[in-house]
Amino acid sequence: MENDYKVKLEVFEGPLDLLLYLIKKEEVDIYDIPIERITNQYMEYLTLMQMLNLEVAGEFLVMAATLMYIKSRMLLPVDQQVADSEEEDGADPRWELIRQLVEYKKFKDAALQLGRREEEQAKVFPRRAGELDVPADAEAPLAEVSIFDLINAFKEVLKKASARDDFREIIEERFTVSDKIEEILYTLRDRADLIFQELFAQATSRAEIVVTFLALLELIRLKRLKVRQETAFGEIRVIKVA
Amino acid sequence: MTLELKKIVEALLFSAERPLAPKDIRAIFAEATDEENPGVAESFRNVREAQIAAALEELKVEYDTQQRSFELAEIAGGWRLVTRAVYAPWLQKLLDEARPHRLSQPSLETLSIIALRQPISRADIASIRGVEVDGVIKTLLERDLITITGRSDVPGKPLLYGTTQRFLEHFGLASLEDMPKAQELRLQAAALKTAEAKAEQSPAREGEAPAEPSAVPGSAGASPSQPQSP
Repeated sequence: MENDYKVKLEVFEGPLDLLLYLIKKEEVDIYDIPIERITNQYMEYLTLMQMLNLEVAGEFLVMAATLMYIKSRMLLPVDQQVADSEEEDGADPRWELIRQLVEYKKFKDAALQLGRREEEQAKVFPRRAGELDVPADAEAPLAEVSIFDLINAFKEVLKKASARDDFREIIEERFTVSDKIEEILYTLRDRADLIFQELFAQATSRAEIVVTFLALLELIRLKRLKVRQETAFGEIRVIKVA
Repeated sequence: MTLELKKIVEALLFSAERPLAPKDIRAIFAEATDEENPGVAESFRNVREAQIAAALEELKVEYDTQQRSFELAEIAGGWRLVTRAVYAPWLQKLLDEARPHRLSQPSLETLSIIALRQPISRADIASIRGVEVDGVIKTLLERDLITITGRSDVPGKPLLYGTTQRFLEHFGLASLEDMPKAQELRLQAAALKTAEAKAEQSPAREGEAPAEPSAVPGSAGASPSQPQSP
């Protein structure tokens, strides 16, 4: 796979974001996190993100280490758990993480409500609309669908493709991101949108799938395309921007 | 024409370019002069804030019952006339405003943290969010939604941030109390403080601070209370 196009998508959401996303997706109780399952999922996502050359902030790796540590402590019989200087004997090794997640979630909820208020406020106008806002926020490449949702969908495509008989690992053709960008735009020339999976219908190798995905991310960054998801964890729609 | 207090207040609200608080309006009444009709301005000179507040309330109710196209909204500690949401499409056209520029999720989260925990340092914000917040803070400062409010006492003396008046206006909040989750987090903060204070008093048995502190201030944590000496 050629690196003519180093896709720089800022993964601005952090490890706590990812964990909350996983907790929601796996439908587990935030106060009683199944550490083993969540840690495995988390590591899977990290691997995918690294494979896609996405900038993985250091905090993600620190969290990975923390999760491993907690997992290992949970595996020890209670009487052998060495008491940390910060923790009481018998304290749940997950406690600090849970506390952090619960607190963060509260602020996340507050942020969601604030966002709605912002929308409502945008519809009412005072005597002089003197505070016309400053230029658009430069740091929101994926407004509607989160990067994790996209990676999730990408993961599904890879999984399905690997199961196909005609799927090859050996790369015979070289795929470039630029080519795929042209191809995607061509596919959309007569249509307004398509479903995420359709982008990969013709792909015959893992490399092709990866490059296609990177091309999609780049088109989103360039604001030529946008992505929407009707229901949480549901089907993703790729829409041409007018 | 005899002038009514309520009407003067209305005239002020009509022309003001920012929210007006009762005390602002009172100051205007106290200082306004009218050379042509000195007696009139005189008669309003000693208007009290309570009277102004009553006039504001009356106006608000009037606009609502008459279903005027505008309403009196309490924003950022003052009052302001604003059009109702249903008329947005036409007003947006008039004011030539393209789709308003919304803040990103990380910006909203950082803002929420600052709004509810101010004054707070960059490091503390980052530890709540689990990521660095440098870029976001820069953006929020540029948009005058947050400002530097001082320095912390801890080693390094990091800068502390707080929200601005513009922040309240941007989100249509009457005050910080109006912030989503303000009530809940305030109680939680109070509960934590009490738990900490108790823990300091009895270090031998450190209270187990629960993941979800009880919402009742003053009784959080499992620390035993000090025996009262008679």
